[in-house]
Amino acid sequence: MRVNFTVNGRPQEADDVWEGESLLYVLRERLGLPGAKNACEQGECGSCTVRLDGVPVCSCLVAAGQVEGREVVTVEGLAEYARQRDAGCRSGSCGTSLDEAQRWAAHGTDSQTGEGTQLSPVQQAFIDAGAVQCGFCTPGLLVAADEMLERNPTPTDEDIREALSGNLCRCTGYETIMNAVRLAAARQSEAV
Amino acid sequence: MAGTNAPLGTPTKVTQGSQTKGGIGESTLRPDGTLKVTGEFAYSSDMWHEDMLWGQILRAPVAHAEIVSIDTSEALAQAGVYAVMTYDDLPTDVRHYGLEFPDTPVLAHGRVRHHGEPVAIVAADHPETARRAAAKIKVEYRELPVITDELTATAPNAPLIHEDRTDHYAGHVEHPNILHRQPIIRGDVEEARHRADFIVTGEYTFGMQDQAFLGPESGLAVPAEDGGVDLYIATQWLHADLRQIAPVLGLPEEKVRMTLSGVGGAFGGREDLSMQIHACLLALRTGKPVKIVYNRFESFFGHVHRHPAKLFYEHGATKDGKLTHLKARIVLDGGAYASTSAAVVGNAASLGAGPYVIDNVDIEALALYTNNPPCGAMRGFGAVQACFAYEAQMDKLADKVGMDRVEFRRLNAMEQGTIMPTGQPVDSPAPVAELLRRVKAMPLPPERQWESSEGADVRQLPGGLSNTTHGEGVVRGVGYAVGIKNVGFSEGFDDYSTARVRMEVVGGEPVVTVHTAMAEVGQGGVTVHAQIARTELGVTQVTIQPADTQVGSAGSTSASRQTYVTGGAVKNACELVRERVLEIGRRKFGTYHPAWATAELLLEGGKVVTDAGEVLADLADVLEDEAVEVEEEWRHRPTEPFDRHTGQGFGHVQYSFAAHRAVVEVDTELGLVKVIELACAQDVGKALNPLSVVGQIQGGTTQGLGMAVMEEILVDPKTAKVRNPSFTDYLIPTILDTPTMPVDVLELADAHAPYGLRGAGEAPTLSSTPAVLAAIRKATGLELNRTPVRPEHLTGT
Repeated sequence: MRVNFTVNGRPQEADDVWEGESLLYVLRERLGLPGAKNACEQGECGSCTVRLDGVPVCSCLVAAGQVEGREVVTVEGLAEYARQRDAGCRSGSCGTSLDEAQRWAAHGTDSQTGEGTQLSPVQQAFIDAGAVQCGFCTPGLLVAADEMLERNPTPTDEDIREALSGNLCRCTGYETIMNAVRLAAARQSEAV
Repeated sequence: MAGTNAPLGTPTKVTQGSQTKGGIGESTLRPDGTLKVTGEFAYSSDMWHEDMLWGQILRAPVAHAEIVSIDTSEALAQAGVYAVMTYDDLPTDVRHYGLEFPDTPVLAHGRVRHHGEPVAIVAADHPETARRAAAKIKVEYRELPVITDELTATAPNAPLIHEDRTDHYAGHVEHPNILHRQPIIRGDVEEARHRADFIVTGEYTFGMQDQAFLGPESGLAVPAEDGGVDLYIATQWLHADLRQIAPVLGLPEEKVRMTLSGVGGAFGGREDLSMQIHACLLALRTGKPVKIVYNRFESFFGHVHRHPAKLFYEHGATKDGKLTHLKARIVLDGGAYASTSAAVVGNAASLGAGPYVIDNVDIEALALYTNNPPCGAMRGFGAVQACFAYEAQMDKLADKVGMDRVEFRRLNAMEQGTIMPTGQPVDSPAPVAELLRRVKAMPLPPERQWESSEGADVRQLPGGLSNTTHGEGVVRGVGYAVGIKNVGFSEGFDDYSTARVRMEVVGGEPVVTVHTAMAEVGQGGVTVHAQIARTELGVTQVTIQPADTQVGSAGSTSASRQTYVTGGAVKNACELVRERVLEIGRRKFGTYHPAWATAELLLEGGKVVTDAGEVLADLADVLEDEAVEVEEEWRHRPTEPFDRHTGQGFGHVQYSFAAHRAVVEVDTELGLVKVIELACAQDVGKALNPLSVVGQIQGGTTQGLGMAVMEEILVDPKTAKVRNPSFTDYLIPTILDTPTMPVDVLELADAHAPYGLRGAGEAPTLSSTPAVLAAIRKATGLELNRTPVRPEHLTGT
């Protein structure tokens, strides 16, 4: 079957999709977006978390056909999603200004290291706080944490734990992840 | 070699730009951090190649059976299937592999020895097609009786797991189903027992733990025009994989070119091969790139686990609290294949007394061959099981003597100069008593934290949002534990690493490139290598090349050894580069300034400077167009094997110590445990990157917490089949299960080690589990001789 949907603001078309394929498989293997991860493929670990029409979901549990006509945001689009949110827009509805486009072009990125990449506050905080080790859980945690901070800009520790309880991490023991989310929240509130 | 044929996701070199100035001792940030937070970092499961096929493994549904027949015809006839292979299709006479000795069949031959053993492999154009084709392979099994424990393994007529053993342990074990046995005997236990005023004994059970790294086993094999294969893989040790893979394929090692792809955690579970040979076989058979990715279910069958163990301990003490003796027997279940079981036995035996002064010791440790899942390396490697038992014993004995549990440990704590039960002196700082003092001195979390003006916050109570209590029946307990772990490979192993370091001038700036085969599995080795290069060579820009087999072996990313050994190799290669650069400088400029001949010279800020800080030359002027490159192996001091009968010998390179204090709250009515805080104090010699060190300590601590209250692979004792191979049924700690973990890091240098550092990754996994158990015992008054603890153990239901 053919599936048409929007990923990170861009219309996408996936062809020859087998009916049993998950959204995760289509993103990773058909659209070249491997950021969402495949750690359990049964909705237990949260490493494949993406936003489907704004709602965080385990993309391994979403059948590809279910996303027809809907909007998906993955970790690859998180920085832009957060930037547009900060600019007062939702889901790319207000476009990119000429000024912003020029700034982006002038900045450039290093394809080898990602240096110069625009990051969302929560992405930057994960790096700064040491919340990334092997990094396999990171994309899912970032999407979940970003969504929580959108809903709840001043979370308590218990709020953070509750919001991220569906995302397993095996390396960090979560302490640096807590620090990262606290840091992102603090920076966000300073910026306001 | 990848060249234009390189698949998508091929690792590229990582350059950390000049904004980072950090040398050792600074918490510089990961060079792969940006890639990892943007989803751009290519893990082994992210690899993609045009025309690639998907591999699938068919695994045994039973634990022990004769294979009567295999019929692949129906599978082969499926549309989209390119190849089906069984044992009979293997290309050479080398059809077994193994880390220490080759007892593991690449594909089962006539018999399967454990649940999930690979029997056949399939390549197809879609993963679902491959799965369905594998299901169409008809295998007829005739089931055999299963061996699941010591009793069944050594019974008079027990079937042998491996007949006609020829490995080097076979000659000195009492039964062929015993893989290896190591005694450690020192002093006179019988005599000491008479002097003991108090004796405590215990029988302890340690469950089977899984590494549960999040990135499943995966990789991509690309056949090459020269008849070889390029393998992109997640592993802990590229060269050990290569040594096992190439002979099975019938290829010389130089035709199996391995590149490390992104590794989603390891914790010991990637020491053994998983899908490496299978992917290469299918790629060479079909002439197409083949990708294999396990799902979580298969991952539970696709790697070895931590050995479950039975431990029998007897300790004695005088009435003033001094330990008199230890008699211990540690029985590890190695499962169906050897993996690293023998080395795990060596660790369990030699570290079985813990970090204490005990002059009279009689320990034996052994590993069984059974039909249970194969067990091998996991963080802590044999020392974990022993620590659970000896720390339970310490509490019991302290209570009997009538001493405070921490003070009793401190009284008997080893220190620098203590002689291990192996006769090896501990010849660097061993601050066991100090670690205990520090962890005990940390402030305790306030009682009844769940209470607020709006009533109980159930999220802070056992049971959490299940809303099972508002504080009724909840009891607090505090427990302590300390452990000892060896660092590096032991028992005479030639434990070296290799580093290639290059310095050249690019765009007027000196630039350093570091190339090793070290597997970065998340620990932050790449961060530390760049820090070492900056410190040694005084540059800001350091490029870390992807790890591959185009450079010499780095050894394994395990045994807490990589910062020590590959870090040591990088440091050594940098020093040699520095010497060569200074020689060039002396040749060019030596006559202009006497300091070139007389002063101690350093490289700092891109310049040659004297130790007094005088600038002699710019590196750009010294090197001009010349590049200086050194590739060199580096070894730590040698160790020696343990004597087969007495266990005496200089077996370990270095020891590592951590202590924990656990605070738990237990809902005694429902048997639910909430760990409130897990504090750790650890000596790391020198923290090359403090942020990474704390990350290792907290991560290791959490895996120990999982082992205390959650994690166990359940194997049916009647069938030897795994009952819970999923994250639904095998639970690892979530962010709700994991408490605050304050960490106190000591830095007491080990003069034998580079920068004085002490391997840090494993020690925290040891003492975490027994500290939590001690706290639960304190809260409930129960004896609790097994781990993990489940609610039924606390409620008696």
